[in-house]
Amino acid sequence: MSEISVLPLPMRELAEFEEKGTILSWLSSCDHKQIGIMYLLTAVAFFIVGGCEALFMRIQLAIPNNHFLKPETYDQLFTMHGTTMIFLVIVPALLGLSMYLVPLMIGARDVAFPRLNALGFWLLLFGGIFLYTSIFFGNAPDMGWFSYAPLSEKPYSSLPGVDFWALGLFSIGIGTVASGINIIVTILTLRAPGMKMKRLPLFAWMTFVNSFLIVFALPALNAALAMLLIDRGLHARFFTPDAGGSPVMWQHFFWSFGHPEVYIMVLPAFGIISEVVPVFSRQPIFGYGFVAASTVAIALLSFAVWAHHMFAVGLGHSMDIFFALGSMLIAVPTGIKVFNWVFTMWHGAIRYTTAMKFAAAFLIEFTIGGLSGVIFAVVPMDWQLTDTYVIVAHIHYVLFGGTMFALFAGTYYWWPKMTGRLLSERLGTWHFWTTVIGFNATFFVQHMLGFAGMTRRVWTYPDLPHWGLLNMISTVGAFVLAGSTVFLFWNMLWSGKHGRTAGANPWEAWTLEWATSSPPPLYNFAEVPPVHGPRPLWDLEHPDEQDRFLNK
Amino acid sequence: MLDGYPVFTPHSEYARSIASLSFGVLWTALGIFLLVAGLVTYATYKFKAKPGEKTPKPVYGNTKLEIAYTLSFVVILGTISVFSIRAMEASDPPTGEHPDDLLIIAHQWWWEVRYPSAGIITANEIHIPIHHPEQLGFESADVIHDFWVPELGRKMDIIPGIENKSWIAADNPGTYFGACAEYCGQEHAWMRIRVVAQTPEAFSAWEQAQLRVPATPENGEAMEGAKYFQELSCASCHTIRGTDAQARIGPDLTHVASRETLAAGRLDNTPANLAKWLLEPDLVKPGCRMPNLHLPRQQQDSLVAYLETLQ
Repeated sequence: MSEISVLPLPMRELAEFEEKGTILSWLSSCDHKQIGIMYLLTAVAFFIVGGCEALFMRIQLAIPNNHFLKPETYDQLFTMHGTTMIFLVIVPALLGLSMYLVPLMIGARDVAFPRLNALGFWLLLFGGIFLYTSIFFGNAPDMGWFSYAPLSEKPYSSLPGVDFWALGLFSIGIGTVASGINIIVTILTLRAPGMKMKRLPLFAWMTFVNSFLIVFALPALNAALAMLLIDRGLHARFFTPDAGGSPVMWQHFFWSFGHPEVYIMVLPAFGIISEVVPVFSRQPIFGYGFVAASTVAIALLSFAVWAHHMFAVGLGHSMDIFFALGSMLIAVPTGIKVFNWVFTMWHGAIRYTTAMKFAAAFLIEFTIGGLSGVIFAVVPMDWQLTDTYVIVAHIHYVLFGGTMFALFAGTYYWWPKMTGRLLSERLGTWHFWTTVIGFNATFFVQHMLGFAGMTRRVWTYPDLPHWGLLNMISTVGAFVLAGSTVFLFWNMLWSGKHGRTAGANPWEAWTLEWATSSPPPLYNFAEVPPVHGPRPLWDLEHPDEQDRFLNK
Repeated sequence: MLDGYPVFTPHSEYARSIASLSFGVLWTALGIFLLVAGLVTYATYKFKAKPGEKTPKPVYGNTKLEIAYTLSFVVILGTISVFSIRAMEASDPPTGEHPDDLLIIAHQWWWEVRYPSAGIITANEIHIPIHHPEQLGFESADVIHDFWVPELGRKMDIIPGIENKSWIAADNPGTYFGACAEYCGQEHAWMRIRVVAQTPEAFSAWEQAQLRVPATPENGEAMEGAKYFQELSCASCHTIRGTDAQARIGPDLTHVASRETLAAGRLDNTPANLAKWLLEPDLVKPGCRMPNLHLPRQQQDSLVAYLETLQ
């Protein structure tokens, strides 16, 4: 029993914090679990806002020549929808899960810097709120979520929306970098005895790699935002051509952040899938080494692909080819992952819980998003299809069919850990099927709209062949998709009262977060089980057939 | 079956090389998708836990299989890259130092089209002879725009301070629709363009017609309209050759009646629509730079009568 590490309990401090549950205890919290949950609640709140913005857009686009919305309203809606979903929904949801789970998964009491953790969260939340206060000061930003100069410059956007956007994101950027640093240091220094890096749960691995992306990518955005603010406020000329600046420089800055950002939004989702698929297939991950190493490959390559957002800029063929090859290369480790997850299911005994349903659907939906991504690494196809609805479909297959499906899988998987109660599988199945139908109805037809010549970000459109019908299908799908989330929220409320008690490990899972009660006590673990491999709870239960693989 | 999907119905050598590459890539993608979806579906049925089934024997991986599919991705993506790079040359041949055949100046939210050697200036509508590749030069008057006519070739960004060029050609006579593809502000949606490809004879007839200086009407409503055009603020933004109106802020109206649409594709060019546009530009195209002059009915009718003479 000497292998069981007993962490000394700071009993006196512990007693002070036992009055968990008051509002003040949340607002003043430095506990990684409470902060994680606050991140997740922030994401849920903004998800509802961003979702409503999308529904207004879809109503406007339901029929040709529609006058339901004014163009300036539509432009604010799509700008806020993109900004919200990326910076205030997906990133905080993934950060929240990471903050909640990483210390538990590595057998730690908390993150390395608990107060920095709180700072990161509050910077993000107030950045988001600040962004939305722009509505009361003239207008919400309306220049698109990537804010191309010179449209974002004073002469073309004289209202303060752009300034709110830049300052809000600036704050969010600093907060996110703080969280990235925190996760890196936590994983490097606070792992339980025996948990070598090659025994790290894959979710923690991917979050770890992801944090390096955050730390290196976000500063490029913040630098660009600072220059934009100087341009707008102090009449500099960074991004206008009249005094030697260049609008293309904004694009380089933005996308050298923006493309790693896409991976920041999918790597932790890959981590969720790498936990959920094995547990419900009753198999260890197929090829731990390939899955972990391909994550590192994606992270490195993600800094060499950004100009594939700029093939239509006219950078010249040699530049285009360089970034096209980088983008092709990054498809290799991504493809490896998909096949490893599929083969994890092989020879398993798959339990189709709602979490597993979403994970299996992720494999299919994300593959569509991945393949439509390859299209944009084929430069001539990009010349045709970039800035059309094919791009809109692609980004939603990656971020909704990919990340959101993974987040739903993670919700059903970890909800019992966070709340102590199971969600209803029956409501979960309703949620699952309405999501699959609504999502594909909304976004699959958008590929066809792009092929039909519809460009993105148009507030209305002429009645050309197919356009009206395809847009109507997409709008109906969007409402089905919106309706599907009702099942999720209803399920959450239902589970609070009627959900079965989860117990420590309802799924018979193998990573350390399941070795403590649900929800975990403030100090996480009284004692941490011995760690000999990537599946410590498996080893504990099967002393005779421990994971020899990787256990050297 | 592909009617109405211009990306797949090319009408030039440039667009054709992209379309055939696209078919190859899309069929390959479909194959890979069916493979993954098939494997997931198969596993779903084949490996679903049976009631009371014990945890199966662990499978930790299969390095040979993993290396095999890694290599096959490299081969597939490498092959696509080779075809892709070859199609880049075919779909976007190098442009030369020689003067551009056409100069496209993008404005918020309309297109100015100049034929420098012939001296024609028109708007929102490009005429080209078939089988005669034309080199396009692009300029932006304000923000970033993007020129895209999918049946005829690649899209090209139009960026202030940057001299982009590309080629355009068409095999068959016809009208090809396009639009600004880079979000450029409020009326991005109504910054549409069309390319009218004509037989060489029809094209030179068009050219001759565009070069004619229109006669100023000497009687009736049209004459009244011509007077109003100069007296009201029309002339401070627009040009009509042969008159005092020489401003270059809005589209050149010398042959406005010969065009197919008004307000960059917003309306078909009919006298009734022209009247509507003059009366309430802010309702027809909210956000547009054309001001509402609150014209009395009689001035509006006269202006329409005059502008309709500008064939």
